[in-house]
Amino acid sequence: MNNDQLLVKIEKIVIQGVSDEQWLPIINSVDLHLNRGEVLGLIGESGAGKSTLGLAAMGFARDGCRISSGTVKFDGIDLISADAQTKRSLLGSRIAYVAQSAAASFNPAHKIINQHTEAPIQHGVSGRSESEKDAIELYHRLRLPTPDEIGFRYPHQVSGGQLQRAMTAMAMSCRPDLIIFDEPTTALDVTTQIEVLAAIRDIVKQFNTAAIYITHDLAVVAQMADRIKVLLKGDEVEESDTDSMLKNPQKDYTKSLWAVRSFTREEKPLASKEEMPVVRVRNVTAAYAKIPVLHNVSFDIHASRTVAVVGESGSGKSTVARCITGLLKPSEGAIEFDGVPLPADYRQRTVEQLKQAQMIYQMADTALNPRKRIREIIGRPVEFYLGLRGRKKEERVRELLDQIELDPDKFIDRLPSELSGGQKQRIGIARALAADPKFIICDEVTSALDQLVAEGILKLLARLQDSLGLAYMFITHDLATVRAISDEVVVMKDGRVVEAGGKTEMFTPPHHEYTSLLLSSVPEMDPNWLTELLEQRGVDNIGDAAIDRMNQA
Amino acid sequence: MDIFLWYLFWAVAIGIFGWVFRFTGRKVQWPSDRLNVYFRDMPLMVGIGFVFGLVILYVVFHYYFIDKSTFFRWAVQGFLIFAIASWLFLTLGKHVGTQATRKVFRQMPLTASFGILIIIIYAILSVFAGVIAPYGQEEIFEKINVLPGGDPALGGDPRFPLGTDQLGRDLLSRLIYGGQNTVGIAFITTILAFLIGATFGFLAATLSGWFDQAVSRVVDALMAIPQLIFALLLLTIATAWAGSNKELITVYMVVIIAVLDSTRVFRLARAVGFNIVVMDYIEAAKLRGENLSYLIFREILPNAYAPLLAEFGLRFCFVFLTIAALSFLGIGIQPPLADWGTMVRDLAQFINFAQFSPHTAALPLMAAGAIALLTVAVNFVVDWMLHKSSGLKD
Repeated sequence: MNNDQLLVKIEKIVIQGVSDEQWLPIINSVDLHLNRGEVLGLIGESGAGKSTLGLAAMGFARDGCRISSGTVKFDGIDLISADAQTKRSLLGSRIAYVAQSAAASFNPAHKIINQHTEAPIQHGVSGRSESEKDAIELYHRLRLPTPDEIGFRYPHQVSGGQLQRAMTAMAMSCRPDLIIFDEPTTALDVTTQIEVLAAIRDIVKQFNTAAIYITHDLAVVAQMADRIKVLLKGDEVEESDTDSMLKNPQKDYTKSLWAVRSFTREEKPLASKEEMPVVRVRNVTAAYAKIPVLHNVSFDIHASRTVAVVGESGSGKSTVARCITGLLKPSEGAIEFDGVPLPADYRQRTVEQLKQAQMIYQMADTALNPRKRIREIIGRPVEFYLGLRGRKKEERVRELLDQIELDPDKFIDRLPSELSGGQKQRIGIARALAADPKFIICDEVTSALDQLVAEGILKLLARLQDSLGLAYMFITHDLATVRAISDEVVVMKDGRVVEAGGKTEMFTPPHHEYTSLLLSSVPEMDPNWLTELLEQRGVDNIGDAAIDRMNQA
Repeated sequence: MDIFLWYLFWAVAIGIFGWVFRFTGRKVQWPSDRLNVYFRDMPLMVGIGFVFGLVILYVVFHYYFIDKSTFFRWAVQGFLIFAIASWLFLTLGKHVGTQATRKVFRQMPLTASFGILIIIIYAILSVFAGVIAPYGQEEIFEKINVLPGGDPALGGDPRFPLGTDQLGRDLLSRLIYGGQNTVGIAFITTILAFLIGATFGFLAATLSGWFDQAVSRVVDALMAIPQLIFALLLLTIATAWAGSNKELITVYMVVIIAVLDSTRVFRLARAVGFNIVVMDYIEAAKLRGENLSYLIFREILPNAYAPLLAEFGLRFCFVFLTIAALSFLGIGIQPPLADWGTMVRDLAQFINFAQFSPHTAALPLMAAGAIALLTVAVNFVVDWMLHKSSGLKD
């Protein structure tokens, strides 16, 4: 290998984190090398150590972590033994970092462009006016709307996808040799994600910047990286260039990651017109205070069927759920349950009505009371709705834990903090099941989980539906999930139902314009997908730009 | 102006010496690599800190051994004794007890162990005052104004190690009983304040809307009036109502201070409550159809323990100081009950003798010191608990 080309060389690095007074390894002796202008994708589940390894490439360990052995060389400079002065002169100017949540990483009290110019001025790369000019130039290249003025806004005045691009521009401000992207698109909608991906890929190529791209989304990394390294619990599983990694993964773990997306269910035939739906949303119009969010929304959910409600954030899909549960009173229209209209306010509903409709939340962390043991979390609805007490209650709780595939003896006395993300979500499901309902609302239940874990949850939900005849309303923005589990699909945009119908029908053209944009924005495992898509649709017809165009038409 | 220049000179000198210290530290080849790196990465302020610490050490040394200032010597001795005692306590805690308590002690800073030690000592003294105190709190002896120290040559008496007051009551006994009265009443008052404040705070957070508005505005109105003045005003009225019944005055005082302090607790409970109420598990409980008391006591309260407990410690200090202040002013705990605030007031004039007879001036300072020590101890413990509950690490 040509040594001039080598930019980062990490050898046998061991990083430890302190937990409960003990230093436990987070990264076990991993090597990493990166050439100039090359993009390395780091993938793995949460807790695999990918962010930690990414930060180590900057010679940095987070609080409570330490680099205990190994070397990190950046362009020949040993970053571990380098003094603070040397590191300070490198970070920001030759090494830059793009964080997952741009909204949380910008200082809300300063204008974007002032934060942009901070690094170049500090490092003496350029003066304020030059650097501002350069910022605007970068905004142009990243295709931000109104690039000449967007920098003079405050972070909260700009949307999430735009902020993420502004942050990429900021990382570029000193033309660094290396940028570390830590899950830059994970928090974004698919249509926004594609814009950011295209922008990042472009600009990295233009300036021949090396990058480490950290993500858990395989399809995304397939678009971005030249080489992919797979991590599992701090160990390297394998590394090879993108093409061969996608076509021919060597290790079992990698294969299982690749196979996740293959889970699909048979679509059940549409329910007949005469059959009484479990839940009927009828012409619901609703508003938060005076701001209208839903306009005349109607759809039916039948027993043993899954209706997926799809849309971007802000499209009103969670608001529909709030109307069904009675947290938000619709200004017009009604919710019917088994043909009987429900009172609009949950406080006026009978216990029997409340029991029939249960909810599973997106963030299992906030959905389970952190101070209660599993016994009580699941036991309370059992006691409350079914009136079981003492031994009968305990038996029922154990039965429910069995149903969600968690060992009752092991889990019944744990606190939520002692569970993994997937286990927490299972407890959330058990709590909903404990009421013995007919209908469950699943609000983005898998979007906070790793793909392998998410697949397990989807399979569990499918199995429960088959055995208990549950009706699901499945709110999601992830079309892969929709494809996997749904029977019917409702596409929402700006509080209106744009398109509705059976799954197969939805996934075959012709689509509504918006549906087709959504569908085409879902990354695929093919490394050429983004390139081909951009050729097909044109650079200006993706993401927010395309939606704006649609709204004008 | 002279003194200002003098300070400036010292500041500059310390700055220069700090720089020199770091510079030499960098030049010297230390045997261990860690020291080399330590000096290399040392910010200038740390170097200055080292030099400043040295100067402080010298000042302490000077006043202790050369100037021999009595009060300063007492302070240093007290500091060292407490430091050693809390270190011993900490070491004991690390090696005795169950796995869990040992772990708590291992992660505890010295300040917190100091605080806990003091609180334990105070608690024991207060609870067992009747057994521990050598005499009764109202017992009067013929010898008045005996000085502390127990040395007859200095005006002391071995029977009264801390001396007697103007009426001839044993000060050691009164200090111990004073702990029982002052701390006990403060404790009851704080609990009452929390019962009122937390209940209304959580109710406001859960119900929000007009209930929250109404209660919050009332609380705002109460908080707008300076607390001590307001307490004085209400107590004056209460004293008129109570007439000659002295116990009733104390009961009124407890209620008045509890209500006034509950406004602060309300604010905290409401703020904490609002953060918890937006959680999904509260929404889930609401949708399940749970009633208000279940929501407040079973869902919200367990999650608010940490901040409330920390506030409890802090609030206890304020209540305790308020009671001492009111007693000092003569309308708090009524004689003949011993109380630290009253003791400070009764003996206050002796502070004038500080220059030629430190032992005489120590009379009012003992009660004042008891108040100060407990306040500091509680604050150390509260700081540590806040630190733990907020999940902050160094």
